[in-house]
Amino acid sequence: MGGDPAGKIDHEQHDFALWEKRVDALLVISSSAGLMNTDSLRRVLEDMGEETYENMSYYERWISSICQNMIEVGAFSTLELATKMEIIKSRGATYGDAS
Amino acid sequence: MPHDHHEPLSPSGHPYRADDDRDLTYWQVMEIAVRELLIEKGHVSATQIQDQINTMDARSPANGARLVAKAWTDPAFKYALIEDAGQATREMGFDIGPMHLIALENTEEVHNVIVCTLCSCYPRNLLGLPPDWYKSRAYRSRAVVEPRKVLSEFGLEFNQKIQIRVHDSTADMRYIILPYQPADSVGLSEAELANWVTRDSMIGVGLPRPPA
Amino acid sequence: MKVRVLSQWLPGHVRTPGYLRGKVGTIERSVGTFNNPEQNAYRLTPTKNRLLRVRFRMSEVWGPRAENPDDVVEAEIYEHWLEPFNAS
Repeated sequence: MGGDPAGKIDHEQHDFALWEKRVDALLVISSSAGLMNTDSLRRVLEDMGEETYENMSYYERWISSICQNMIEVGAFSTLELATKMEIIKSRGATYGDAS
Repeated sequence: MPHDHHEPLSPSGHPYRADDDRDLTYWQVMEIAVRELLIEKGHVSATQIQDQINTMDARSPANGARLVAKAWTDPAFKYALIEDAGQATREMGFDIGPMHLIALENTEEVHNVIVCTLCSCYPRNLLGLPPDWYKSRAYRSRAVVEPRKVLSEFGLEFNQKIQIRVHDSTADMRYIILPYQPADSVGLSEAELANWVTRDSMIGVGLPRPPA
Repeated sequence: MKVRVLSQWLPGHVRTPGYLRGKVGTIERSVGTFNNPEQNAYRLTPTKNRLLRVRFRMSEVWGPRAENPDDVVEAEIYEHWLEPFNAS
């Protein structure tokens, strides 16, 4: 990325939403638990491809990478993940309802 | 039941990102699922997650401003900070975890600026989470090739005799800049000086300035 | 001491930025030994590798594109990505 052509810098700033703070915390805690590390986070982010920088937000990319790492390390299975995601969706239409 | 998980007002006055009261996204579902599965399997606890969020929320640029103000008023501390910023920071009472910190001094001849071209490395265990622009493709791509142009977009102009040093946080070190103390702040107390030190001045894209 | 960054392109995760590969710089300081990120990224047991801060002149990195040839960029580069460079 360093040296690539790019446009003006956008100075707009947002505070982090609760779900984003939780993603951040999940990285720190799962790393100190030995389930992943900063390099394994970055490796999956890079493998996701350049276009994900355009169509996913920063913490969307992070949770995707954390989830992939957890599957790789055997923290949970893909079946467990799919089942859990269905249950969560059925709880309600907003993050507040579902979490 | 929107907003029942956090304070309704942002402490910094910036808008919150779309969150609790919008339609649930796929990635939010994934976050909830990963969190709940890790808790159910005993890898993490809900308390640990909340404690970590509280720890990060408590970190802010004000921590770095205190370091800088102390370095401006205490030459022995400034020397210690440049020798081993991690140790000096811990001795001042900040819990920066395992972070490896380097302090870079701006002088009349040298201006330092920090970027992470590979991702978004930032001294978060001292200053909190990085600003959005720091993580942007534009900043990360351009800072190493046209730093003067980037700095001018932040309102900073340097003559060609001043050397610009761009520091790319490529690996395990994190960086904080010790800004050059403005002449009109000399003689102020450490507490007063801390109010002059902005987040951007510790990244290298701003200068210290009198408090508003 | 002058060093050149290896001009190699590997698949997978590396922490050596593309824009510095093949460029010659000066060691600014050594910062200790750290887990090799190329192994860490795959959760293999990593070796501990020396990490060095290397200073590059902008004219070396960008040639005539440099805004000011005497400005510099500094980066942390693992020793296994560096080779000695002799100007002769």
